[in-house]
Amino acid sequence: MRRRPELRNHQHELHQFKLRLAVLGFVVLIGFSTLIIRFYFLQVVRYEHYHTLAENNRISVVPTAPTRGIITDRNGTTIAHNFFVYALEITPSKVDDLEKTIADISQLVEISSSDIKRFKKLKERTHEFESIPIRTHLNEVEAAKFAANRFRFPGVDIKSRLFRHYPNEKLGAHIAGYIGRINDNDLDWLRESNVLSNYKGSDHIGKSGIEQYYEKTLHGITGFQQVEINAEGKAVRVLSSKAPVSGNNLTLSIDLELQAIAEKGFGESRGALVAIQPKTGEVLALVSMPTFDPNLFVGGIDTKNWRRLNESEDKPLINRPLRGIYPPGSTFKPFVALAGLEAGKRLPPYSIQDQGYFTLPNSSHRYRDWKVDGHGIVDVTRAITVSCDTFFYGLAIELGIEKLANFVRHFGFGEKSGIDIGGENSGLLPTPEWKRRRFKQPWYVGETVIVGIGQGYTLVTPMQLAYATAVLANKGTAMKPHLVTAITNIETGEVSHIKPVLTEQIVLSDSNLEIVKKAMIDVTLPGGTAAFVGNNAGYSIAAKTGTAQVIGIKQNEKYNEKSINARHRDHALFIAYAPTEDPTIAIAAIVENGGHGGSAAGPIVRQVMDYYLLGKKPLASDSKLLPSPTPVEEMHHD
Amino acid sequence: MINQIVHIISKHIDSILMSCILFAMLVGLFVLYSASGESLNRLTSQLINISVAITIMWAVANIQPQLMERIALPLYLIGLLLLLGVALFGNISHGARRWLDLGVMKIQPSELMRIAAPMMLAWFFSKRENALRVTDFFIGFLILIAPVLFILKQPDLGTSLLVSASGFFVIFLAGLSWRIMLGGMMTIGALIPVFWSLLHDYQRRRVMILIDPTQDPLGAGYHIIQSTIAQGSGGLTGKGWLNGSQSQLDFLPERTTDFIFSVFSEEFGMVGNLLLILLFSTIIARGLYITSQAKSTFSRLLAGSITLTFFIYIFVNIGMVSGLLPVVGVPLPLISYGGTSMVTILLGFGILMSIHTHKNLVASG
Repeated sequence: MRRRPELRNHQHELHQFKLRLAVLGFVVLIGFSTLIIRFYFLQVVRYEHYHTLAENNRISVVPTAPTRGIITDRNGTTIAHNFFVYALEITPSKVDDLEKTIADISQLVEISSSDIKRFKKLKERTHEFESIPIRTHLNEVEAAKFAANRFRFPGVDIKSRLFRHYPNEKLGAHIAGYIGRINDNDLDWLRESNVLSNYKGSDHIGKSGIEQYYEKTLHGITGFQQVEINAEGKAVRVLSSKAPVSGNNLTLSIDLELQAIAEKGFGESRGALVAIQPKTGEVLALVSMPTFDPNLFVGGIDTKNWRRLNESEDKPLINRPLRGIYPPGSTFKPFVALAGLEAGKRLPPYSIQDQGYFTLPNSSHRYRDWKVDGHGIVDVTRAITVSCDTFFYGLAIELGIEKLANFVRHFGFGEKSGIDIGGENSGLLPTPEWKRRRFKQPWYVGETVIVGIGQGYTLVTPMQLAYATAVLANKGTAMKPHLVTAITNIETGEVSHIKPVLTEQIVLSDSNLEIVKKAMIDVTLPGGTAAFVGNNAGYSIAAKTGTAQVIGIKQNEKYNEKSINARHRDHALFIAYAPTEDPTIAIAAIVENGGHGGSAAGPIVRQVMDYYLLGKKPLASDSKLLPSPTPVEEMHHD
Repeated sequence: MINQIVHIISKHIDSILMSCILFAMLVGLFVLYSASGESLNRLTSQLINISVAITIMWAVANIQPQLMERIALPLYLIGLLLLLGVALFGNISHGARRWLDLGVMKIQPSELMRIAAPMMLAWFFSKRENALRVTDFFIGFLILIAPVLFILKQPDLGTSLLVSASGFFVIFLAGLSWRIMLGGMMTIGALIPVFWSLLHDYQRRRVMILIDPTQDPLGAGYHIIQSTIAQGSGGLTGKGWLNGSQSQLDFLPERTTDFIFSVFSEEFGMVGNLLLILLFSTIIARGLYITSQAKSTFSRLLAGSITLTFFIYIFVNIGMVSGLLPVVGVPLPLISYGGTSMVTILLGFGILMSIHTHKNLVASG
């Protein structure tokens, strides 16, 4: 390759260069000739064809929307499906006076102002020659009435359109969520993710829950028909077509029967319940009370219903298991206890003498136990069983906030669980660094004290609490919570199963786990704070009650459930797993303003477990409560 | 006196190139008027674009090629740095990250690379001309691939294609051996099936739509269907200026920019097309002549690359709107509406003119 710089060589190179330039010149010639041949083909050979298309007919591509995938629960019970409804549709290009036509139709069939508004909005998005619904969900009488007068309305037709339907109405509404009309935000999202053309034939898109999270899986691929449209905007013939590909069906881990029992258990109360299979992370029930009817949203919700749902003090639209944040209260204690034991602190037989309060050195401030005169001699087991506050105040101080936070973070506190529904809140696991960032203030020791009993800044979602309980039940093997267990491609029949995902393997000592487990079993045995929950169960339950304060109680004030406004009453919390030998279900439940944890939330959890483990359905008579809680002691706190 | 001024202004302007360019621009303005629905505003702003571009061309034509040779490396490095800036802090518009906001003005560094990359390569090969080895071609490819990957990532398929082409022409003209080229092509050919098998179904679908847009008639294919109808219905002599039904109705998308040729083609027919191709051919022929007369290796390589990249512009754009090539977003030079590409194109012609009019001042070699 090496060449010496000689004149001859230079001449040679120049010659080479000109040769190559000539080659490229030839390429240009070939390129332009190709284009000219193409012009000849388009403009001379096929001229008649294109001339006809352009002058007499206009060619149009009409999208055909795919059928949205169906959602079922783990037993195959339908959660969301599609059905045909009659819709009155107008093809704008075939109608001379749109306003007059609509006015005439409304003489026959009721058309609301929101129907007209929706029609006009859709009209902007579609071609003139595509038909647009002016009224949906026509009943038989309306359809017949219009059919008899059809001849008066050229360009107006009754068509059957597929509509999304949620047959269980209010039951588990937050899980599947709902679909709604595509709005400007959705359009932006579709444009950004490069799938806008796939939504040409679609009016709806998933707005919340599974419908939103799995939008791309459920939607399917839009088909099309290439049609010739004549001057009157009528399709003359189909030139080519491609059938739409239906969306995939989803199977959820939810057990709707279980869900129904749990929802019924709440009665009129507000709250949340999450049930998880500890070994797989499959979510069996995801309860958010009160709930709503997702069918209202499908055709575009009317103002009255929207106001009722959106402005209600009960906030039915909020998915409480994922978005509701509550102080964990005493349900936090088993995790604090385990943090202590793993750090080599409070190993039995270590005990304290509880006088009913805890004080920091050099301070007179009393951190009170819920039991005014104390629990006497308390070891770690008894501290959980009777929910002794004093014990955990001291333990939290000895561990320090950093160590405590770093340990319980492994159980998912302060982090999103990663469940396959959007909008999850990450709760809050406070640390000195967080406080510096958030409030620009130093951390006080007293704040560590109350973190020990799950108060202070600490906030959890019911999802996080259930997940933490499941991780505890599964001895530190943390499985990611999920709802979709299988995706079925209905075109090919192919089923892809979603495998459980290991989030983390927490290394924990068996003997420490055993101590916490025994203490949590004792909670449901006589003498424990939730003895009535374990009463006659027929299987062994590990549990912990909790109470989260809604308003602060002053140092020397007494909390009196009856004298306090119902909305200011404490929240009742309850976590449990069973059977303790080989746990198959872990649950967290919260009853807002339910007062004491065991009495309000415990019975619901027991009903859910009875059904899941024994197949026992609650009797109609005890739909609200199981055996009435016996006031063990003066139960103001736990 | 006046003659002197005219001489000073036109001293470095190549009259053949200049008259062809002006004629093409005039045609472009007529088509734009029709395509924009007889909008005078569009016409005015395109006239401003043209004035700016011609001024820049004139300024560049007055620069000596030796100076260009000196700034080739720094220009390339600045271009790379700006591309990195775009990748990190660029503004997103229409789903792509192309613009860099410098506070005072927004710039599109990928456009700069259309000139900077071939300039850099021409400089590199002119430095190595007497001791060319295979490794030099390898380095040449590296110089080219760096900006191309950045631009591809933005993503801007059209520009990365044009930069690749401009760089490839330099490497080819520098004397890349036929054997390496053949080997490279065969390797790529052999790797395609392997690469294809690694793609997901949806990725394959996307590639297929790029190659054959009619598979996605609701999206990319819609443009092609409408554009071929417009062209085909133009016939031999066209429907006449302002009379193209497909263009005047709302059927043809992007009809002032990437798809402007369809408007021209519908209104002026095959005869119009042939005349336009003839005009473009004259420009290219003049460019090739200037290349063959250039005195230094640097200017030879650069002039050749600029001329042939101009051809690639035309071929890709017309091929694309006629349904021969995938839609990649390349405007029709001198005709399409838009300031940025107009400036880049005329900057290239400015370099050609500089090379041609300074050649007697350059020491041979």
